[in-house]
Amino acid sequence: MEDEKKLIQFQQKIDQDIKIEPRDWMPEKYRQTLIRQISQHAHSEIIGMQPEGNWLTRAPSLRSKKILMAKIQDEAGHGLYLYCAAETLGIKREQFLQWLHEGKAKYSSVFNYPTLTWADMGAVGWLVDGAAIVNQVSLQGTSYGPYARAMVKICMEESFHQRQGFEIMVQLANGTKEQKEMAQDAVNRWWWPSIMMFGPHDSESAHSNQSLKWKIKRESNDELRQRFIDKTIEQGHHLGLIFPDPNLKLNPETNHYDYSPIDWDEFWNVVKGNGAGNRQRLNHHIKAHEDGKWVREAAIAYAKKSNLKQKSA
Amino acid sequence: MSDEDQGILWEVFIQVKAGRPFKHVGSLHAYDKEMAMKAARDLYTRRNEGNGIWIVKAENIISSDINDGESFFDPSNDKIYRHPTFYKIPDGVKHI
Ligand SMILES: [Fe+2]
Ligand SMILES: [Fe+2]
Repeated sequence: MEDEKKLIQFQQKIDQDIKIEPRDWMPEKYRQTLIRQISQHAHSEIIGMQPEGNWLTRAPSLRSKKILMAKIQDEAGHGLYLYCAAETLGIKREQFLQWLHEGKAKYSSVFNYPTLTWADMGAVGWLVDGAAIVNQVSLQGTSYGPYARAMVKICMEESFHQRQGFEIMVQLANGTKEQKEMAQDAVNRWWWPSIMMFGPHDSESAHSNQSLKWKIKRESNDELRQRFIDKTIEQGHHLGLIFPDPNLKLNPETNHYDYSPIDWDEFWNVVKGNGAGNRQRLNHHIKAHEDGKWVREAAIAYAKKSNLKQKSA
Repeated sequence: MSDEDQGILWEVFIQVKAGRPFKHVGSLHAYDKEMAMKAARDLYTRRNEGNGIWIVKAENIISSDINDGESFFDPSNDKIYRHPTFYKIPDGVKHI
């Protein structure tokens, strides 16, 4: 009974766009959904550093190395903001890492694809960050306060990510024949994975309705996907590159681009961990975590010792 | 790996410009205050967001009780004479 009354008041707050804060009452399912979604988002930022780290030493100029480094540093920051937001729901940082390492928590499967050429750094920034931005701009309006505030900060930082990617694409698309082919090849490989980043169609998405009602999500997967497609195609025309979908056409009735059916078998295959990079990404994260163990131990010992000194002084 | 080795929680406050108030921007994990300060700089001021940083151990923050928020702030409810709009000033009087 008590809970039912609270549930009604909770929904009223949501409907009035009042943010929910960590110590407010919330339905257990709201908390669980947020724990899953925010930590998955955090893991994606952190794992997402790997395909780019792969190019740090091979980026073609000092300028591009510095830019790539700055982008990767931003992604680390995004992961940390999000872990902090997720921790306000009562789960410890250690637990989130453990769930990731045990394969219980997911991250965006787009980061399981390999980054084969320098053009992939362009395509990742333009398409993968571009898709992430569409999602994150929408999430600035999410109902959970700490998550919304993290999103505002992240969105401010993301805008250079997509631009630097697009700049790489412009350079290659206007370069030699080989460079142009490289750019086209990267678009061929990254177009579908970035469209799939928005998740299953609304009709197939198990959690979607409740999430929209609680304003955890503000727009549906298909709405966000369509927004991304519409604006990206126009950008692609400037590059003179072709998207790997013969059915991409502006529909004069809806004023949106139509696209071919998505190959969900491949999507689920990669989500379930059969992607080429899945094991590699996770093992790399586990190894880095274990290799850093002695640093954490030393830092704890040092903090304890200087605490004692302060007290006796 | 479930042992607690990720450091403690700190809250970060940034002053955008000299003369402005410090505002909460977020939190971070660190093992001691020097590390917390460096992490705050690297995490929250990568684009000249600040002129000054305060960091506070989250456990040291004392906050009002959210559950009796209404009664706690009660004393200010019936004192409308604290607001300038309470007072009637004759028409034509300016700059007051
Ligand atoms: Fe990011
Ligand atoms: Fe990014």
